[in-house]
Amino acid sequence: MNLFLQQLINGLNVGSIYALIAIGYTMVYGIIKLINFAHGEIMMFGAYFAFIAATSFHLPVWAVLLSSMVIMAIIGVAIEFVAYRPLRNAPRLSALITAIGVSLFLQNLALIIFKPDPKVMPKIFPETIYKLGEIEISSTTLITIGLSLFFMVLLDLYIRKTKQGRAMRAVSEDKDAAILMGINVNRTISLTFAVGSALGALGGVLYSVAYIQVYPTMGVMPGLKAFIAAVLGGIGIIPGAMLGGFIIGMVETMTKAYLSTTWADAIVFAILIIVLLFKPTGILGKNTREKV
Amino acid sequence: MKKRVVSVLLVVMFTASIFAFAGCSTSGGSADVVKLGFIGPMTGDAAIYGSSAEEGAQLAVAEINAAGGIDGKNIELVAYDSKADQTEAINAYNRLRDQDGVVAVIGGTLSGETLAMKDIMVQDNMPVLSPTATAVEVTQAAPNVFRACFLDDYQGQAAANFAATTLGAKTAALLIGTGNPYSEGVSEAFKAAFTAKGGTIAGSESYGTADKDFSAQLTKIKEMNPDVVFVPDYVQTVGPILQKAKEMGITAKFVGADGWDGVQEEYADAAQGNYFTNHYAADSPSETVQNFITAYKKEYDKVPNSFAALGYDAVYAMVEAITAAGSTDSADIITALKATDHAGVTGTLKFDEEGNPKDKEVTIIKIDGGQLKFDSTVVNK
Repeated sequence: MNLFLQQLINGLNVGSIYALIAIGYTMVYGIIKLINFAHGEIMMFGAYFAFIAATSFHLPVWAVLLSSMVIMAIIGVAIEFVAYRPLRNAPRLSALITAIGVSLFLQNLALIIFKPDPKVMPKIFPETIYKLGEIEISSTTLITIGLSLFFMVLLDLYIRKTKQGRAMRAVSEDKDAAILMGINVNRTISLTFAVGSALGALGGVLYSVAYIQVYPTMGVMPGLKAFIAAVLGGIGIIPGAMLGGFIIGMVETMTKAYLSTTWADAIVFAILIIVLLFKPTGILGKNTREKV
Repeated sequence: MKKRVVSVLLVVMFTASIFAFAGCSTSGGSADVVKLGFIGPMTGDAAIYGSSAEEGAQLAVAEINAAGGIDGKNIELVAYDSKADQTEAINAYNRLRDQDGVVAVIGGTLSGETLAMKDIMVQDNMPVLSPTATAVEVTQAAPNVFRACFLDDYQGQAAANFAATTLGAKTAALLIGTGNPYSEGVSEAFKAAFTAKGGTIAGSESYGTADKDFSAQLTKIKEMNPDVVFVPDYVQTVGPILQKAKEMGITAKFVGADGWDGVQEEYADAAQGNYFTNHYAADSPSETVQNFITAYKKEYDKVPNSFAALGYDAVYAMVEAITAAGSTDSADIITALKATDHAGVTGTLKFDEEGNPKDKEVTIIKIDGGQLKFDSTVVNK
């Protein structure tokens, strides 16, 4: 039982990171129907900026997180402006291919700037182990889960209670009607990229702190898994991405713990196939009938 | 018309290249120099291995020449970059044989390139001593191919003997990288040897090549509560594993293999107090080792790694064989190599029937305060 609880915490830990990254995928999809495959690289760059902030500038923890999130928000907006905005009215496949191109570009850019060998992320969180009966939780795990939940709640409030949040929902529901209502669509889309990229950067920092390495291809696997999480929860639906992230993290950890480590990735990717076969709209998605 | 010009050009170039090669093949092998070949990656991802081994080899050549060479003849080490590519390695070997006329080859450095060249080397009956190729097949069915490093299973066995005897471990858990022949091979040997010493394998966990999250596996290992955990993998994987294990409060000693070399640089805290098997220790009390390190530092301004030490030993062993043979004839050198008994930096080098090191000492290293400390040596019997 204790072992199970311990594994549950492991699952929550990695799941909360997947959830943070999945939010970025789902927000962008919700608003411009684009699967932003460069999101994993946003996460990777976020981790690198945090690494630089912590090792070269010795900033305090909050400043490390904040600077990385702000820089990545700006870069996220810039990517949208340069790569996706010109294709706003192009076929969706063109935008998707562009996203893959941006992803490869960023990965190789990181390879040139930072070199391929992994950098060791300094321990930016205080290190203690808390004991709850027989279960042990490290402070890094607690902070990871806590920060993720905090930002998810904040995001939820932002989307539901603020004017910009309402604008985002309006644009994602019906872009043309939103324009007619006087919403600045371009600005709203930029804002979506900013928020999504900032959360992706946070996910990247937490991931690199948990697994202590930063390297140019680090965004690929978590990015793919977060994408699956977004699809599983219902792509375009923010609570769905959170739920999907936790489920994927849990499935992965439990497979490793009780089935086989070699099967863990296969099972996670099989989930994607099963969801697409049986409920393409995801857990929280509603079936909408296309009107002719 | 254009096509014809191109084809004529091609024919001309082709003919010219034949003549160029023919011209070269006669130039090598002058009377007062004995040429040795060296092949290893000096550019690309694996560059560190090839260039380190070459530095060690060049140092040995310089020392031998300063001491009078082979019967008054100077040695020249002709080194070519294999770029860790099998075709490049074969081209390099052909060039060494035809163009440079080498009498023996030190190399290849990596297993893959050595295996690629092996068939041609066997056909040529070229005396070959690879400093660092660990794949089992390298010396199989190749009476002219030898190697200076011990094999993966040999060090797995040594690690198990060390864990059972010196550390007094009764139970061991393994953490194995699946799909990584190195990790799997060393682990298998460890399991067998540890059980043979009366120990119990509490369990073995595995991870995939791209895995970064080891918490599920380590949680299970913690539950097993073994005396030692054996993790044979490379630094970039071992570092995060040790870090996570420390975070989780696992108190068992971690033991690894030569892939750990370098772990003290970036993961000093996490690796503190753990052990691994290696080819040599930079702080070994042995005089041979200390002389080598002093000379290497003076020449290259850095502490030599195992690859450099093995490259250094390989040249010495090869030169000893050539001196003993009293000729540069391939068959004579090979016969002399079989009788090698060289006390080198990485231990005493003798060969078994297959051309692998026999009863070579395995050095156990302890990571202490961000330094690699010599702990002891183990000889498998």
